Amino acid sequence: MSQFHIIVFGPLLGFLIAGLFAKQIGDRGAMAVTTGLVTLSAILSAFVLKDVAFDHNQYRILVLEWVRSGSLSFDWTLYIDSLTAVMLVVVNTVSALVHWYSIGYMSHDPHRARFFAYLSLFTFAMLMLVTSDNLVQMFFGWEGVGLASYLLIGFWFKKPSANAAAIKAFVVNRVGDFGFSLGIFALFLLTGSVIFEDIFQSLEGFADARFVFLGMDVHALTTIAVLLFVGAMGKSAQLFLHTWLPDAMEGPTPVSALIHAATMVTAGVFLMARMSPLLELAPGALTLIMIIGGATAFFAASVGLVQNDIKRVIAYSTCSQLGYMFVAIGASAYGAAIFHLFTHAFFKALLFLGAGSVIHAMSDEQDMRKMGGLSKMVPLTYLMMMVGTLALTGFPYTAGFFSKDMIIESAFATHNPAASFGFLMTVIAAFMTSFYSWRLVFMTFHGTPRADEKTLSHVHESPAVMWVPLAILAVGAVIAGVVFSDAFIGEGRLAFWAGSLVAGEGDVMDEAHHIASWIKWLPTGMMALGFALSFLFYIAKPGLPAAMARTFPAAYQFLLNKWYFDELYDRIFIRPAFWIGRFLWVRGDQKTIDGLGPDGIAAQVMAAARRVRVLQSGYVYHYAFAMLIGIALVITYFVLTGGGF
Amino acid sequence: MADWPILTALLLVPLFGALLILSIRGESDQVKQNIRYVAMFTTLAELLLAVIMWIMFDVGEAGFQLVEDHAWIGESIRYKLGVDGISMLFIVLTAFLMPLCILASWQSVTRRVKDYMIAFLVMETLMIGVFSALDVFLFYIFFEGGLIPMFLIIGVWGGVRRIYASFKFFLYTLLGSLLMLVAILWMYLDAGTADIPTLLDADFPVHVQTWLWLAFFASFAVKMPMWPVHTWLPDAHVEAPTAGSVILAGVMLKMGGYGFLRFSIPMFPEASETLMWLVFGLSMVAVVYTSLVALVQEDMKKLIAYSSIAHMGFVTIGIFALNPQGVEGGIFQMLSHGVVSAALFLCVGVVYDRLHTREISRYGGLVNIMPKYALVFMIFAMASVGLPGTSGFVGEFLALTGAYLADSRVAFVAALGVILAAAYMLYLYRRIFFGALLKEDLKALRDLNGREIAIFVPLIAVVLWMGFYPKPFLDVINPSVEALLRAHQVSIAAPIADPLDAQAAEPALDDQ
Repeated sequence: MSQFHIIVFGPLLGFLIAGLFAKQIGDRGAMAVTTGLVTLSAILSAFVLKDVAFDHNQYRILVLEWVRSGSLSFDWTLYIDSLTAVMLVVVNTVSALVHWYSIGYMSHDPHRARFFAYLSLFTFAMLMLVTSDNLVQMFFGWEGVGLASYLLIGFWFKKPSANAAAIKAFVVNRVGDFGFSLGIFALFLLTGSVIFEDIFQSLEGFADARFVFLGMDVHALTTIAVLLFVGAMGKSAQLFLHTWLPDAMEGPTPVSALIHAATMVTAGVFLMARMSPLLELAPGALTLIMIIGGATAFFAASVGLVQNDIKRVIAYSTCSQLGYMFVAIGASAYGAAIFHLFTHAFFKALLFLGAGSVIHAMSDEQDMRKMGGLSKMVPLTYLMMMVGTLALTGFPYTAGFFSKDMIIESAFATHNPAASFGFLMTVIAAFMTSFYSWRLVFMTFHGTPRADEKTLSHVHESPAVMWVPLAILAVGAVIAGVVFSDAFIGEGRLAFWAGSLVAGEGDVMDEAHHIASWIKWLPTGMMALGFALSFLFYIAKPGLPAAMARTFPAAYQFLLNKWYFDELYDRIFIRPAFWIGRFLWVRGDQKTIDGLGPDGIAAQVMAAARRVRVLQSGYVYHYAFAMLIGIALVITYFVLTGGGF
Repeated sequence: MADWPILTALLLVPLFGALLILSIRGESDQVKQNIRYVAMFTTLAELLLAVIMWIMFDVGEAGFQLVEDHAWIGESIRYKLGVDGISMLFIVLTAFLMPLCILASWQSVTRRVKDYMIAFLVMETLMIGVFSALDVFLFYIFFEGGLIPMFLIIGVWGGVRRIYASFKFFLYTLLGSLLMLVAILWMYLDAGTADIPTLLDADFPVHVQTWLWLAFFASFAVKMPMWPVHTWLPDAHVEAPTAGSVILAGVMLKMGGYGFLRFSIPMFPEASETLMWLVFGLSMVAVVYTSLVALVQEDMKKLIAYSSIAHMGFVTIGIFALNPQGVEGGIFQMLSHGVVSAALFLCVGVVYDRLHTREISRYGGLVNIMPKYALVFMIFAMASVGLPGTSGFVGEFLALTGAYLADSRVAFVAALGVILAAAYMLYLYRRIFFGALLKEDLKALRDLNGREIAIFVPLIAVVLWMGFYPKPFLDVINPSVEALLRAHQVSIAAPIADPLDAQAAEPALDDQ
């Protein structure tokens, strides 16, 4: 029993108690147990981060043997290195704050115990994901968070849209998992192990290895890296597998903050960072990651420009920021990717919870067209949202400033063939990020109130249990960059990461520190430009957006309808699947197989029987009897012949 | 202790219970209740015996254990029983499911209770016989004999179209059985023995092997069932009473997979090698085809039946991957599916008992009034889609790993089934449980009662145990599978004239 056991299994215990004994301990008991245990995990995680990342200890604890089959073997373990320690802090801190916040936010919900149980289940699965020393336990956590996400998106199960979104999230993630699992199989085929340490030790020998995949002779490590990346694309909502994330906003807002912004969706980035020694030997895969990441950053930001649902704007923003993280991975700036993951967790959770406070204040209204002028009515929430927005847009010396700029600089400095694409996309996305973020603030908090009288009369500031977690996140969003940038991406990174991911002297971040200064200030300029334009559109000349939409209807509709991905997938995947299923069932099973097989024979038998009038009954005993006679005949034969022939 | 004929005891205890029930006279409700109790205690005693057998079983030993051998019909056809790591757990599975079946039939079967219980107990003997017989004729009798009680259970206690369903069931299995019988006779005449351990080493000529393999295949493929001889299964399930479906899906389907491992692979190694792609091909079609068909089903039982066929596709793929992960995964998947599909059919039984319909569209919003039931169903739905931490994952993951090692294309196609499984299972779940509770007749439904909870708790415990700590199971399976594959490699290599090639072929096993 160590502090690691408490950190990881505390939330599991909370889940079991709240889930199974809700009747006995009541809603308050369930909330107290789950929140208390996760808070304990969060506090211990901070000590672990110091112990592991700054005092340079590493731990591997065997929990239970899992599978031995032939030479395939993997166990339940807790593996703690710097990368894990960072994730422990992110996951547990945000989870604890979201637990606290939910006490206020869900105070009117009749199923609070279930909600808190799910939150703790999610936390446990996420912790199993990040503490794994092998790919299979990671896959356990990976699917476990998927289950928790499914349950929480569909938490309000009476809403058909929530149920649809939950299924969509699970199934789209399964598409990613399909790639992930093939990647695991391929790695096992190549290296004979699924344990990170064994894999990385044997990697050098496979740098040029080739194997047959789907009948093609391919470069082994590139193929594996691409397959694993497909898994990451699903979980981290990258372009083509992103469609589930905006719909996931059907879940309660604290869920969006915890799962669909700060932690679960970053699992893909974590996977790629964990596999960084492998990615370094798979340059083709890095190019692909750079392209997908850059395209996602651009695509999602462009859709975010015109959305009217406050949560959807932030959801597309998350999708876009995840794209940034993958650009960093593609640029081999793994430390920068995790740093952005770290800072993003703070300011994005802050934005979501802030949006939650707005929605809470507005009697569950999410449409920004019906908001406006709230800054006076909910000043604390307004302040928090401002902090989050500044950090997200990369205002100098906030958290986002350090991490996002490092990614853009790395994309500029790297030698990846797609580098200029990645650089261009992230710079443009920085502009759009600033625009839609300020648009959100202006539409929600400024101008004249557009809500009806009844809603306005109910507008109220959130209770302390909700705004204190916001304040803690806000502090993180402001100072996380200043405090940690040296360790994560600066001079101290070599000692900090201690081999848990690829970083060191002469890496791309070194080069990024030495690029021209106009490149360094370019993102900041983009931020200012975005702000200015947003101010013009939504404060100075409020009629302009509508006029733009009228002038460019095609472009506007294209963005508003999210580039028509859902419509496309519906046509090429979902409807054909049902159609083919029905076809195979009716034409295949019933008409062809049964028609030629049993039914056809049955018809023959019946026809014959009608003539002979002996076997006409079709009565079940007769058939059973016929079989008995058959067996009896065989036995009799052997008895008579004495077993010989 | 080792001399104690525990396998014979396992065969006799259910028969003894059946005789006891036969001797009970009367038609009153009290008599019926007594009959139920006798059946319950008999199956519980049987389960206890099965657990004792597991304890007596020497884990780590690859060969047959607890062997009993007596002359039966002449000297060469013998009453010979024994178990190894491949068969032993199937006996435990059978004994585990049986008390749950009795419990599930407690209230739903009120007509001809006596005959019903006798049929189940006799069936238990016959099924355990299949997994313990070490004589081909003895095996054949158990294998075919087991159909008769099942046939009666569907035909007598089944639904509206029970005659059609049992006829279809009969027709398919008869065809396969006859071919298998011919093959068994041929083998007996050729090798001069019916002893399975001896036949394992028999070296049939390659061209004959193909015919024998195909004859056995006809029978096992129907049992599994494999595409395209699967259409009897959905109908049989739909018409069978709940407990009948449990045994059908939980145990009977496994006889096909067991047959492949006991006969096809060790006795006809060359044919297994050359016809491997036939199995892969049919299995790949089955996984995708039946998963898509499952997606559009409107009857709960049919949906689960089609998903069973897809899951059995993983089993056959794993078994014929012919590497440790694949074969062990295949066996584990059979055990897991035995528990999970049985549980899913029991879940359907819960609402069927209350509302007497299996039509999915008649339900909706059940989570509002049946939260316990919703939780139980969710656990098994997740086990069915192979969520890690449940038994379904371990089997599926190992089988697919094995498939990938054999050929990445097979794993690729089979893994598509994993995506589709999530789709049809969650779609089913949504239609039954989620949404508002609008239909009037649903509002009066009661949540799980004590008896039903007693059925599901052991099943959940086993599903999670196998998912988190499968070691006790894999430890049993592993030595026999390793031995099977080693023998397979040797016999594949043997006919090759150049001894260097033969040696080269052998270490291949260790690389995986």
